[in-house]
Amino acid sequence: MSVLARYRLLTESGVLGLNKRNGDYLMRFNPRRLYPLVDDKLQTKQLAIKAGIAVPALYGVIETQHDIRRLGEMVAGHREFVLKPAHGSSGDGIIVVAGRSGSLYRTINGTLLDAEFLNHHLSNAISGQFSLGGIQDTVIVEAMVHFSPHFESLSFEGVPDVRVIVFRGIPVMAMVRLPTRLSHGKANLHQGAVGAGVDITTGTTLGGVMSGEVVDTHPDTGVVIAGLTIPEWDTMLDISARCYELTGMGYIGVDIVLDRDLGPLVLELNARPGLAIQIANQQGLLRRLEICEEAAGFAAAPAERIAFAKKHFAHPVGPVLHPGEVAAQIG
Amino acid sequence: MRNRQLYILASLLAVAGLAIFFFKYQTLGFPVRADAETQVWNVEAAVNFEPGPASVKVTLQIPSLTPGFTVLDESFVSRGFGLSTHNTTNGREAQWAVREADGPQTVYYRALVYRDPAKATEDSTPPFPEIPEFDEASRIAVDGLIAEVRRQSADVASFTSELLRHIDNAGSDQYVRLFLSDTSSSTAKAQLATRILAAAQIPARVSHGVFLKEQTGAARTVPLLEVHDGVEWLYFDPVTRAQGWPQDFLVWWRGNGPIADVDGGVDVDVSLAVQRSVLNSLEVAERRMDSMGSQAFDFSLFSLPITTQAVYSVLVMIPIGALVIVLLRNFIGIKTFGTFMPVLVALAFRETRLLWGIVLFAVIVAFGLLIRFYLERLRLLLVPRLTCVLTVVVILMAGISVLSQKLNIQPGLSIALFPMVIISMTIERMSIVWEERGASEALQEGFGSLVVAALTYVVMGIPWLSHLIFVFPELLLVVLAVTLLTGRYTGYRLLELKRFRSFAKPADPAGSPP
Repeated sequence: MSVLARYRLLTESGVLGLNKRNGDYLMRFNPRRLYPLVDDKLQTKQLAIKAGIAVPALYGVIETQHDIRRLGEMVAGHREFVLKPAHGSSGDGIIVVAGRSGSLYRTINGTLLDAEFLNHHLSNAISGQFSLGGIQDTVIVEAMVHFSPHFESLSFEGVPDVRVIVFRGIPVMAMVRLPTRLSHGKANLHQGAVGAGVDITTGTTLGGVMSGEVVDTHPDTGVVIAGLTIPEWDTMLDISARCYELTGMGYIGVDIVLDRDLGPLVLELNARPGLAIQIANQQGLLRRLEICEEAAGFAAAPAERIAFAKKHFAHPVGPVLHPGEVAAQIG
Repeated sequence: MRNRQLYILASLLAVAGLAIFFFKYQTLGFPVRADAETQVWNVEAAVNFEPGPASVKVTLQIPSLTPGFTVLDESFVSRGFGLSTHNTTNGREAQWAVREADGPQTVYYRALVYRDPAKATEDSTPPFPEIPEFDEASRIAVDGLIAEVRRQSADVASFTSELLRHIDNAGSDQYVRLFLSDTSSSTAKAQLATRILAAAQIPARVSHGVFLKEQTGAARTVPLLEVHDGVEWLYFDPVTRAQGWPQDFLVWWRGNGPIADVDGGVDVDVSLAVQRSVLNSLEVAERRMDSMGSQAFDFSLFSLPITTQAVYSVLVMIPIGALVIVLLRNFIGIKTFGTFMPVLVALAFRETRLLWGIVLFAVIVAFGLLIRFYLERLRLLLVPRLTCVLTVVVILMAGISVLSQKLNIQPGLSIALFPMVIISMTIERMSIVWEERGASEALQEGFGSLVVAALTYVVMGIPWLSHLIFVFPELLLVVLAVTLLTGRYTGYRLLELKRFRSFAKPADPAGSPP
């Protein structure tokens, strides 16, 4: 297929490209002054706690090299915990400790780490090794998520999470990210995790995509991906919609994990959510964004926005539409 | 709304840049090509004479109206003579005067001319000439000649051409025989033609000039008959009767007088010489601007000291390199380490040349990575670790330079110009990407950076482009306009077409397995 034909095809499918995402959505709806709220996971967490949105419990914050020594104190009552750089991107620098073995810490995938290693890691993280632009960072010490067995058959180690794109308070597209052996248990698509689209209306999974290729079954467990219903889907929609009020950012990705005991928890927000969700859903984002801009009441309460999303974004969102036909379709 | 503002701003910038560019190109004659050379001719008139006992006054006709040519520079050389130039009805003349002179004297007039198509022929309409006076016999001959020529012609052009044919056959023509012999000079023939044309109420004059052509050395003046047909001037070669403006003809003076006149001297001899040479077009433009009194040159980059000029000749290319990066990143979608790192590496490539640059860059980064991986095991803190890498990079560069000096490999020396801080940061980021996302991604991004740097180097090194930007820095406004426009390009990137290839089946919008 020629380059031009492909280009037209993408346009017709309403695929959102990086340039358009940056130029027409991030720049318009994510004011620069609000970025720190989202880029700093600590601030996000504190805002969420204030707004009553469930997040993993905060054990402590390591802000200075000096604080590193207090790590033992912070996690004294907890066998499991997570170290997370507040400005880390795409899961870089996160260490999940799932247990102890004498003085050693055992990570989720069984590696034993000594205190010295953790100290070095924390010190690097504070110096900004994992932050964008290498700026000084803080490390969040928080509770480990006991991920719901619901996804067990669909993930290899790690914690699967649900990513919801929220456009001015309306959840427009969602996917569940399933860790694989290739991704080393991380739920990041570019590291080799499987992304599976989720029907906004019903909360059931669609087909999966791995490294840009369509996959029907999980590569490590062999379980069929499509057709799985995500528990507490309505709660997930509710908290993702409310994340708009939390930050005021118009175009965000909300990452949610499902805890065995606590239900859906917001892990973090992303002010520059990736575009791979479109591949996972086999759907362009642009059409959905246009539907929102044409007809949605952005000032409405979260419940009404979710109702709007459920009404309009049942998978698939209409046949291939030209932008001009959007109004007619939803009129 | 914001887009409209952007389009207006971009077009304003582009129009301003291009307008200045065209003005400098068309009017001021700045060359758009680096190797552009302009053919110039040095024409020289030397007047030799033997002075008499009293004061001497030398009058030399000098070029004033020169269709097709522009005088770039002129000089007058003489010893002990006072000099003045005047405008006269026929053009311009130089006058040398001295109260007393001893022995053979020579005065020189030199002019540097170059071809200038913009310099048009004059288009003034002359009045009808007075009918010249002839004695009775001549008068009858002239009337007869005019009557016959008129019978054989239809308009001024054919009249002139027919008249010249009669004059050319001076010996056998019953009318012309009275005025001229076969051996008469072409100047005499041309002068006779103007008199007869005047008798026929047709304005005409003789201009004298030299053919420049390819020749160098002595030249002689050639007359050219100019006839006005009431609308425009027509030109005839009095000998060949060819009509039209001759090629490479530099008009020296007009009228029936001699080229030089020495008052108070004898044995006057005027010799003309032409020498062809080429001058760099830029130099011609500069000298012409000087003679025009224009300050365009004073306010260009050429007014800077040579060393500063050399710096700017590189600096003005950086926006071009950055534009290449914009295209590669936002239109193609290539990932690089650091936004402008490739531009800086490309600048270093200017000294090392491309192949060596790539080799040296790869060697340094590879060694740096090795060191960095080892440092990782020592668990150094970030800033000291970066400093270590930087130090190692500097040591490596010095080592490579010394080694290449020993092995007599010249390009190894220019490694000193590599942006070491940038390279250290690249090594750091590459090693993190390597650890976090695997070797393939790190190598891919590293390779991408190198490709972008090489492409940027190639574009920044295009000779005509760098000449163009340096001579016409206002073109950077156009670059700015283009960059502004690319800043609002929200279409897909080329690599996104590949990334979203699973959208290749639009007929099945669900795209999901059952």
